[in-house]
Amino acid sequence: MIRGILHSEIFMLTLTIGIYLGAQYLYRRTHWALFNPLLVSMAVIIVVLRLLGIGYEEYSSGNEIINFMLGMSVVALGYLLYEQIENIRGNALSILTSVLAGSIAGVVSVALIARWLGAGDALVASLEPKSVTTPIAISVSASSGGIPALTSVAVIVAGVFGGMVGPWVLRMAGVRDRVAQGLAMGAASHALGTARAMEIGAIEGAIGGLAIGLMGVMTALLIPLLDKLM
Amino acid sequence: MLGIFYLLLFYLLGNLLSALMNGFVPGSVLGMLLLFAALLAGVVNPAHLRKPARFLLDNMMLFFVPVAVGLMAAYDLIRGHLGAIIVSLLLSTLVVLVVVGIMQQKLGRRRHD
Repeated sequence: MIRGILHSEIFMLTLTIGIYLGAQYLYRRTHWALFNPLLVSMAVIIVVLRLLGIGYEEYSSGNEIINFMLGMSVVALGYLLYEQIENIRGNALSILTSVLAGSIAGVVSVALIARWLGAGDALVASLEPKSVTTPIAISVSASSGGIPALTSVAVIVAGVFGGMVGPWVLRMAGVRDRVAQGLAMGAASHALGTARAMEIGAIEGAIGGLAIGLMGVMTALLIPLLDKLM
Repeated sequence: MLGIFYLLLFYLLGNLLSALMNGFVPGSVLGMLLLFAALLAGVVNPAHLRKPARFLLDNMMLFFVPVAVGLMAAYDLIRGHLGAIIVSLLLSTLVVLVVVGIMQQKLGRRRHD
């Protein structure tokens, strides 16, 4: 009876949302960067699942609806983009140039650092598309000799990390411009960076959404090209 | 409800287009661009979308929780090269943040708050 409830979809959903709300409360009370709500929720849920002997597959299938909402929220960025159209006008060329530069810098830097630390070809190819939204990253990785499962881990790590420290790093680097902040968050950390940018403001969030698409397409075109050169 | 219908419809259209290009670009990202285009073209009335879009966007971070918990299943995969993976990912993420942020601030039309 109790076991049945622990393995039900309602339990998985209540667990996810309940722990997230708790983590959000903790963050709002402390404003301590390490108490990032996503990071805390992730850690607590992993511990709870381990204790209850629930596998990831089961947890994940109980949260199908949340994954669906993630897709819907990305579509909703289209509305935000429209609302913020004034901030894109006159910035189109600089946005394209900056994201292209970020795409090159991201692929080259992760490849050089990983290689320097002893990573082989397959590992490097798996890490290269780390700043790109998962579906694009996985297809790029697969076609350049990477391991897609590893790439999806890399995408999450880049997303969680950039979402966590991004606003602070940008402040330290003297980036105050709101369009620039949103663009950097979306380009470095895809939808996760954009979700964080949304918490800073609507302009940041909308531009972050735009950056996800641009970064994805540019990086996908760039990696086969850079692979030939490096 | 009409707003939710629009979001679903453009998600569906995005998925359709995505399937046509073998899933290379995710349906949600294509849906975002199609919705943006439809709003610009005046085909969709933005007033209907305000409430549902706000709800989704305000809670976007929550929707990532199950994906992030997936790291739990991937630990064995990364264990061998943990150092190289973590260091290169974190440093390179910082590089992208700073490069894009500074370039856009320098090149773009300035807007301070």
